[in-house]
Amino acid sequence: MGQTLIMTGTQAAALAARLSRVQVIAAYPITPQSKIPEVLSEYVESGQLKAELVRVESEHSAMTVCISASMVGARVFTATAANGLAYMHEQLHWAAGARLPIVMPVTNRGLGAPWTILNDMQDTIAQRDTGWMQFYCMNNQEVLDQTILGYKIAEQLLIPVMICFDGFRLSHTVMPVETLTEKEVDGFLPPYKTPYKIDPQNPVNMNPVVLTDPIPDPHGELCPSYMGFRHRLQETFENAWPTIQAATREFTQLTGRSYEDCLYRYQADDAEMLFVTMGSLSSEATEAVDALRAGGTRAGVIGLRVFRPFPAATLAQAVSRAKILLVVEKAISYGYEGALNTELKAALFHENGNRPAIFNTIVGLGGKDVKPKDLEQIARESAQEASKGTVQTHPRWFGYGI
Amino acid sequence: MSTAILDLPEKEYIMPGTRTCAGCGLPIAYRFMLKALGPNTIMTHPACCLTILHGMYPKTPVGINAVNNTFASTAASAAGLAAGFKATGQDFTVLAMAGDGGTFDMGIQALSGAAERETDFIYVCYDNEAYMNTGVQRSSATPAGAMTTTTSVVPKEQSKKDFIQIMEAHHPAYLATTCSSYPGDVYNKFAKARNIKGTRFIHLAIPCPTGWGFHTRDTVKIGRLAVESAIIVLYEVEKGEVRLTGKSLSMAKSGRRKPVDEYLNMQGRFRKMTSAQVEEFQKQTDKHWEELLRRAGF
Ligand SMILES: Cc1ncc(C[n+]2csc(CCOP(=O)(O)OP(=O)(O)O)c2C)c(N)n1
Ligand code: SF4
Ligand SMILES: [Mg+2]
Repeated sequence: MGQTLIMTGTQAAALAARLSRVQVIAAYPITPQSKIPEVLSEYVESGQLKAELVRVESEHSAMTVCISASMVGARVFTATAANGLAYMHEQLHWAAGARLPIVMPVTNRGLGAPWTILNDMQDTIAQRDTGWMQFYCMNNQEVLDQTILGYKIAEQLLIPVMICFDGFRLSHTVMPVETLTEKEVDGFLPPYKTPYKIDPQNPVNMNPVVLTDPIPDPHGELCPSYMGFRHRLQETFENAWPTIQAATREFTQLTGRSYEDCLYRYQADDAEMLFVTMGSLSSEATEAVDALRAGGTRAGVIGLRVFRPFPAATLAQAVSRAKILLVVEKAISYGYEGALNTELKAALFHENGNRPAIFNTIVGLGGKDVKPKDLEQIARESAQEASKGTVQTHPRWFGYGI
Repeated sequence: MSTAILDLPEKEYIMPGTRTCAGCGLPIAYRFMLKALGPNTIMTHPACCLTILHGMYPKTPVGINAVNNTFASTAASAAGLAAGFKATGQDFTVLAMAGDGGTFDMGIQALSGAAERETDFIYVCYDNEAYMNTGVQRSSATPAGAMTTTTSVVPKEQSKKDFIQIMEAHHPAYLATTCSSYPGDVYNKFAKARNIKGTRFIHLAIPCPTGWGFHTRDTVKIGRLAVESAIIVLYEVEKGEVRLTGKSLSMAKSGRRKPVDEYLNMQGRFRKMTSAQVEEFQKQTDKHWEELLRRAGF
C-alpha cells in the first residue's frame, strides 16, 4: 500500500496517470482541470514519468492526438472540462467508434453561455451518447482509483472512459487519499497491447468509409456493415458488467477498497425515501440523510458510480423498496428533465414496473452551492407533495433565486 | 539531387482501380510520392477526394498503412502518430495529407500548432482549389474569377489565400511546392523531405477535371500550363532560402513564360471571367513570379 497523502482531485488524477504509466499525454488548459497537465508536465520534465507530452493548441487536437497515438499502441491520457469537452465532441464519437481505450478525467463544469467556470454536470451528461463509458467520482480517493481502474476496464472492452468529478468541489479541494505504489499498479495494470500491429508488410486502411451492407474482403470473407460496427460497440456495452466487476474485484484484493457495486449505497436498505444522485452530491446527501433519520424519516442515498453503461437492473433493484425517490441532478435536458430521472424511470418500467413517487430536482447549476440542509428541504417538501398525491410534470429548479 | 525516370523504384503502392474520377491529378502525384517515401510510411488524412482514392471497406488499392481522421484534425492526427510511435519505440515516416479545404480552411489551426511544435512529420496539402468531395464548393484556395457551386452566378471575387506564405512564417524545416504534372519534381521533393527531420510542408497542385471543367485527357497539360505561365511555381525553401526547381528553374534561366490566357481559356470554371479580371490575374501572377525570382537570386 502507498502512503496516505492530502491532495486535490486534479493531483489525484495526475498521480493516477503517472501510476498507470501513460505513454502519451495531450495537454491543454481549461479551468478547473488545468492543474492536471501542469502536474504531469512536472512529472515528465523531472523524469518521474517517461511519456510524450504534446502541448496541443486545442482540445479538438488533444483528443485527436490521443486517438492517433492510441491507435498505434500507446496508453494515452488527456483531461478537460466544459467548453473543452464540448469542443472535442466530434472526436469523442471518433474515439469510441474507433474502439480506443482512452481514459480522460473531466472536472465537471457548467457550459456557456453565459460563462461560468464553476461546477455542474451539463458538460459530461451532454456527451452521454458519444459511446464513452462514464464513471462519476464522489471524492478524490475515487478519482485516483477510478482512473487506474479506467485503464484496466477500457483496455479490455476497447471503449474509452470519462472519469467525471465535480469541478472545484473535488478538483480544488484537498482530501486524504490512500495512494498505491508503482509496483502495485504495475501488477494490476499490464502494459497496453493492441490486438493488431502496424505492419508495413500488411498495410491496412483504418476507419475508412464503410457501407450499409456487409461486403466480402479479397479472400471472400464477409466484413461488417456500418451498422454492424455500431452494433458491436453497443453489444460490448451490454456485456460490459462482468469485465467491470472482475476489474473492481481485483482492485479490492489489492487495496481493500471496493467498487464492485456500481452504486454507492448509504442507509439504503430500509429507506422509504431515497436520494438518487451522482458525483459529490452523493457525499452531500449522506449528511442530509443523517439529519432526516434523526428526525425520524427513513432516508437513504443511492449514488451512481457508473452512468454508462447504465446500471438499469441494479438501480431498479436498489430502489425497489422506497416509496419516494428524490432524483437530484446538476444537469438538464432542456425541454424535458434531468437525464438521470428519465433513465431511472425507464429502468423501473423495464425491470419491475414499480411506480414510486419520483421527484426530479435540478440543483447547483453554475456552481450554486448545494448544502445538506438544502437537500433536507428538498426531501421534506417532496414528501409533502407525495402525501398530497402530486405527480410532478416538470422538474423542480431549486435555489436559483431569480 | 534529382532522379532519372529509369532510376525510380519499380515498386508500386497504388493498384489500378482507385475510385477517383477519370483524369484526376491526385493519383498521378500520389504514386510518385509513395515511391519516394517507401513502405515504412503511415498516412493520415481527413474526408476528401483522397478518402475516395483509398477505397471503401474492406478493400483498398493503396499499399501503405493509412489512418482516417476528421476534417479539422489532420496535423493533430500526425502529431498523435508521431508521439505514439516514439513512445512505443516504432519507427515510421508520418505523412499527413489533406485537400485545400482541409488545410487552408478547417485544418489550419491543427497544422499551425503542429508546425509550431516542430512536429516530426510531412504535411502535404494537395490543392484542387475547391471543396471537390462535397461537390465543388468554394474554398479560400479558389482563385478569383472561378465558378464553383457556391459561386455559380457571380464567380469568386476574392483572390486565393497565400497559404504558402502562412506556412513559411512557421519556418518549417523544409517547404516545397510541386505539381502532379511533373512526377520527377514530385518524387525528388518527397525523397528529400523524407530524410529531413522536423516539420516539412509540401504544397501539391492537382488539376481536377471534374471541378475545373476540362477534358480528362488534358490533366497533365493543364498542370504544365499552370507552371509554364508561372501560376504555379516549383520551388523549395530551406532556412529562408528559395530555390527554383525543374521547369520553373529553366523558365527563370531562359526568361520564357506563357501568358495566363491559355490556362484560363481551357477551363470551364473561368468562363465568366471579364477581361479586367484576366488582367488582374496576370498582374498578380507576374508579381508572385518576380518576387520568387528575386528571392531565388535571378
Ligand atoms: C467537420 C466537417 N465538416 C464538413 C465535412 C464535409 N466534407 C467532407 S469532404 C469535404 C471537402 C473537402 O475539400 P478539400 O479538403 O479541398 O478536399 P477535396 O475533396 O477537394 O479533395 C467536406 C467539406 C466534414 N467531413 N467534416
Ligand atoms: S473531384 Fe477532382 S480531385 Fe476529386 S477525384 Fe474527381 S478529379 Fe480528382
Ligand atoms: Mg479541394
